[in-house]
Amino acid sequence: MGGPFLRRAITTGLLGGIPGVHLSLVGMVTALQTRELISGVVTIGTAIPFIFIIIAGWYAAGPDRALGIKPSAIQALGLGALAGALGGAVLAAMCLFITAVDVRWILVNATPALAETLQFDQGPVVGSVLQVAIGAALGAAGASLRVMPASVGRAVAVGGVVTLIVSVMEPFVGAVLRNLGLKDLQDVLYEGGGLTIVGWIVVYGLVAGGTYLWSTRGDRVRARADALPPDRRRVAKIVVYGLLIAVLLLLPQIVGQRLSEVLGTIGLYILLGLGLNIVVGFAGLLDLGYVAFFAVGAYATAILTSPASPAFSPELSFWTALPIVIIVAALVGLFIGAPVLRLRGDYLAIVTLGFGEIAREVFKSQWAAPVTGGAQGILSIPPPTPFERDPQSIYYPILFFCILAAIAATSLAASRVGRAWNAMREDESVAEATGVNTTFYKLLAFALGATFGCVAGALFATKIGVIYADSFSILVSINALALIILGGMGNIPGVIVGALVLVGLPEFLREFSEYRLLVYGIVLVVMMILRPEGLLPSRSRRAELHEHFDDDEEMYAEEAGEETGRPVVTA
Amino acid sequence: MPRRFRFDVITIFLWTLGGGILLFAAYGAFLTLSAGRISPEAWQSLVIAGIALGSVYALIALGYTLVYGILFMINFAHGEVFMWGAFTAWFMATGLQNVGALETNPVGVFILTLITAMIFSCIIAVLLERIAYRPLRGAPRLVPLITAIGASLFLQYTARGFFGSGVRAFPDFGLFEGTVQIGPITMNVDRLIVIVAAIALMLGLYFFINRTRTGRAMRAVSEDKDVAAMMGINVDRIIVTTFAIGGVLAGAAAILYTILFNSVHFYMGFLPGIKAFTAAVLGGIGNIIGAALGGLILGVLEQVGPNLFLTGYGIPSPNQLQDVIAFTVLVLVLIFRPQGLLGRRENQ
Repeated sequence: MGGPFLRRAITTGLLGGIPGVHLSLVGMVTALQTRELISGVVTIGTAIPFIFIIIAGWYAAGPDRALGIKPSAIQALGLGALAGALGGAVLAAMCLFITAVDVRWILVNATPALAETLQFDQGPVVGSVLQVAIGAALGAAGASLRVMPASVGRAVAVGGVVTLIVSVMEPFVGAVLRNLGLKDLQDVLYEGGGLTIVGWIVVYGLVAGGTYLWSTRGDRVRARADALPPDRRRVAKIVVYGLLIAVLLLLPQIVGQRLSEVLGTIGLYILLGLGLNIVVGFAGLLDLGYVAFFAVGAYATAILTSPASPAFSPELSFWTALPIVIIVAALVGLFIGAPVLRLRGDYLAIVTLGFGEIAREVFKSQWAAPVTGGAQGILSIPPPTPFERDPQSIYYPILFFCILAAIAATSLAASRVGRAWNAMREDESVAEATGVNTTFYKLLAFALGATFGCVAGALFATKIGVIYADSFSILVSINALALIILGGMGNIPGVIVGALVLVGLPEFLREFSEYRLLVYGIVLVVMMILRPEGLLPSRSRRAELHEHFDDDEEMYAEEAGEETGRPVVTA
Repeated sequence: MPRRFRFDVITIFLWTLGGGILLFAAYGAFLTLSAGRISPEAWQSLVIAGIALGSVYALIALGYTLVYGILFMINFAHGEVFMWGAFTAWFMATGLQNVGALETNPVGVFILTLITAMIFSCIIAVLLERIAYRPLRGAPRLVPLITAIGASLFLQYTARGFFGSGVRAFPDFGLFEGTVQIGPITMNVDRLIVIVAAIALMLGLYFFINRTRTGRAMRAVSEDKDVAAMMGINVDRIIVTTFAIGGVLAGAAAILYTILFNSVHFYMGFLPGIKAFTAAVLGGIGNIIGAALGGLILGVLEQVGPNLFLTGYGIPSPNQLQDVIAFTVLVLVLIFRPQGLLGRRENQ
């Protein structure tokens, strides 16, 4: 009975230690040593490897799908502890290895200091024992989520994750509290860049309690809301949106200068995400050269508005230049769209990637220098009057365009055009056969996506005031792609959540910026394997992506049930 | 006869665009040649440099083409497989240099380095298939492609974290200096070795695909997976083999690339990867001889192109635009002959 579980616990445990080893060796653990997770107890860096051990413990205690059996409560805890201990042992082995052998000429981060940190500065013997013991405890903790009733388990897990995020967001939450005149509260909750123990208890209690209440009573609340008469519901909706807009308008004042800058960056990425979402999420055309539109928007704005533009400088104001920029953008979208129209998805990705690189290289080259300023770029781009070049002020035009773009994207998705894109994405030949002019709709997607990207570029240029070709590397495209995939392709709230998580969070963890792309890579792979529809999927997208997976799973489950004669447990 | 009018508008636009680019290039070449500022020897050396670089592209392109031929997916992370091969080669060579083996037996060390790179690239390629791609077999097309992009970022920035972001100079084998005279052509030894090694590997691959049982199985799987499976071919095993062969070739390409450029860094896989893909498309993706041909053409165009097409117009520092030429070639191919030079037109 224990056999298959035991084997799985062992492999899970050994594999669960590997992410920790990997992230230690790329230097993330050392880099994040400066930030406290629980003030005075543990830093974010030290906590990272152990988070994976919790997950390993949780996974090791799960039911066996193929056999359709579940471990008992005690078995589950034991399996979790075993997996956790093995994960800890893998970490311990790595620490012992890098202290014993100097491999720094290969792995630059395999320093004795790293080993000491992970051994909690207790020396190799005590440290290794501690690693295994803490691993076992955390693995069992992860497993205990399986033992608890589902609603409690969810509350505990959500509480943990949210508290973690609140702790990491110290620069944001702390600043908000200070600006609201709640400095005392901030002192109680935060210290040294992370939550204090009291802070952990308070935040955790609130979040876990709230989640528990919502999962037990949420249905009733929702039922009551549904039962409201339509006009009252409309009023409630207006009140909610009104409050949201009021908060958004006041936000720069609440969070202060530096964080308004971050909000501006998030806003630009929301715009980029919304635009790319039209091309990738709605129309299903994977565009990796989206940065080209961003660059065209920025350069067009710079040339039209800046007095320092080398070739000709009409010195228009931002708002007069914008319509011209948008028209240029749409034309560039058509221009880039046309050659790639008849290509299948994967060709398109590489060709657009090529276009993105061409755009950057051309903008940067000496040949184009008389127009684009070459490597020097274009300086002194004026801010969009009446707003000033101040993060708290430039936030408003960005917010305005984000809201406009969100509304435009929502109405597009619901329109005839949106349905045509849907049909085209799901099956191009069928769409064509039913009378959808795929050429037209593909070009339309490109042109609209280009428009959004160009507006983002224009805002970027006027926000920064200076543009260089190197601001427009492929990483912008990858950022935008990662955020729509994390959030959920084809879904607008998903884009916003994606931007907040992938662009916002790293801004609060400056030490992390070097590892951003590594994490994006992991996010892309993991999301595609585990949840290709994203965190907040649109319904049709979900159905589309799960069609074949679900079929397979059911088939396997049935086969397994027939072979073993055991009842099949399906979640 | 075109099916509908609006296709016509786009076709006209594209042909005008493509024709414009070709005319621009042709006139530029005319201007450059009539000015005659570049000597025939310089042209010759550029062409040879192009062939050497092109044979490296060809080896990487084979990896793209083989995988595409079987799975119809672009293994976007293939450039990173190449980069990891280069890094392991560096560690092998530097380690052996540190113990003094490089001076006593440079040829042995070179061969050992080559084998290490090939084996390690092969391991990375197989792991990539196993972890990132196999769980997604049969998923909608966009899904494995996005995974591949993610895997590419992961491999690239893992290398950066593990090995640092600096450029590491490759140890000097002392084997590739000087020039040789072959008939009327003077050639640098390093380029000659690169070209010869690449040709040997390509012939080996050609033999493997056409003469061995596994090669035959690979061809069968690329024709029709289901029928191949019914004939008793283990399709999963053939797919792994394909990735492994691609990895081995990428590892070899990595060594040849370091012979030419003598340095290793975490970003080195990106551009060669994209260009090799361009080469594969140029030759007709899925076609092995096409990939080799495409690589050579692209390499030569890249080396000769900026000087030939652009100097005539008096464009300053034309070599900055080298990469633009490669991508322009890609766009032209896709306009005029999307199936590539030797490719078959596929039915979607």
